[in-house]
Amino acid sequence: MTINPDLAGRVYPAEAVYEVSREKIREFARAVQATHPAHFDLQAAQALGHPDLLAPPTFAIIVAQRADARLIEDPSSGIDFSRVVHAEQRFTHHRPIVAGDELTAELHVDTVRAMGGGAMITTRAEIVAADGEPVATTTSAILVRGEEQ
Amino acid sequence: MGISAQELSIGQSIGSRSIPVCRQDLIRYAGASGDLNPIHWNERFAREVDLPGVIAHGMLTMGAVVSLVTDWAGDPAAVVGYQTRFTKPVPVRDTDGAPGAVIDVAGVIGAIDTEKSTARVDLTVTTEGQKVLVKAQVIVRLA
Repeated sequence: MTINPDLAGRVYPAEAVYEVSREKIREFARAVQATHPAHFDLQAAQALGHPDLLAPPTFAIIVAQRADARLIEDPSSGIDFSRVVHAEQRFTHHRPIVAGDELTAELHVDTVRAMGGGAMITTRAEIVAADGEPVATTTSAILVRGEEQ
Repeated sequence: MGISAQELSIGQSIGSRSIPVCRQDLIRYAGASGDLNPIHWNERFAREVDLPGVIAHGMLTMGAVVSLVTDWAGDPAAVVGYQTRFTKPVPVRDTDGAPGAVIDVAGVIGAIDTEKSTARVDLTVTTEGQKVLVKAQVIVRLA
């Protein structure tokens, strides 16, 4: 299988809505061993000025990887998921993610660079709230290893 | 509330910590994040793709080490930017109770932007003395 060189510039429009729940924030915070009370206790979050429980700084990866999956699972991309390695990750938070948010992500394929028999693919998810307010921009670089790598 | 630029200087330490990780933690992260890649829970599969065994999700390492910064900052929402490169896998041994790996993180102030009122915290992240994250940088909004 080879990577489709025409992937760069492709855009997958926002699709499913991701509803951020308090329990998911608590579950994710436990999973990354975060103990800050703003992730668990509503009063602690509100004391810091947040309207509801606050998501940890990497929580947006859930939404970003769902968006990435649309590219990876697209048969026309030529990507073999079992050969994908996460190479780089970047988060830019335009505003904090809190429980009650309804997020959608538009996925942009920014660059595709051939590497050996494989490719390095950079994607960008523009994550927005229900009212269209920008919430986070995430950038991922994934290395799709060639058969000999 | 929050940290002001006047309190900070380049090279200043914000502390360090050691984060133990076991196989159960990988299962928990897989479930919480939705990243079910078998290299993080299936020893046979991991070896078949030439890994030393089951490895931690890069995003588990990235997500766990930033707690050093959020606890220092006081409000996790002060983290307005965060990036890293994943350079080496974190193998997590199959153990009974004992940690299967220990991730060590230390942070120093790498830059201060008084105009934007942000500081950059540079993280050094290692396991068994090997760097696993490179250019791990956290942008923190200051008071």
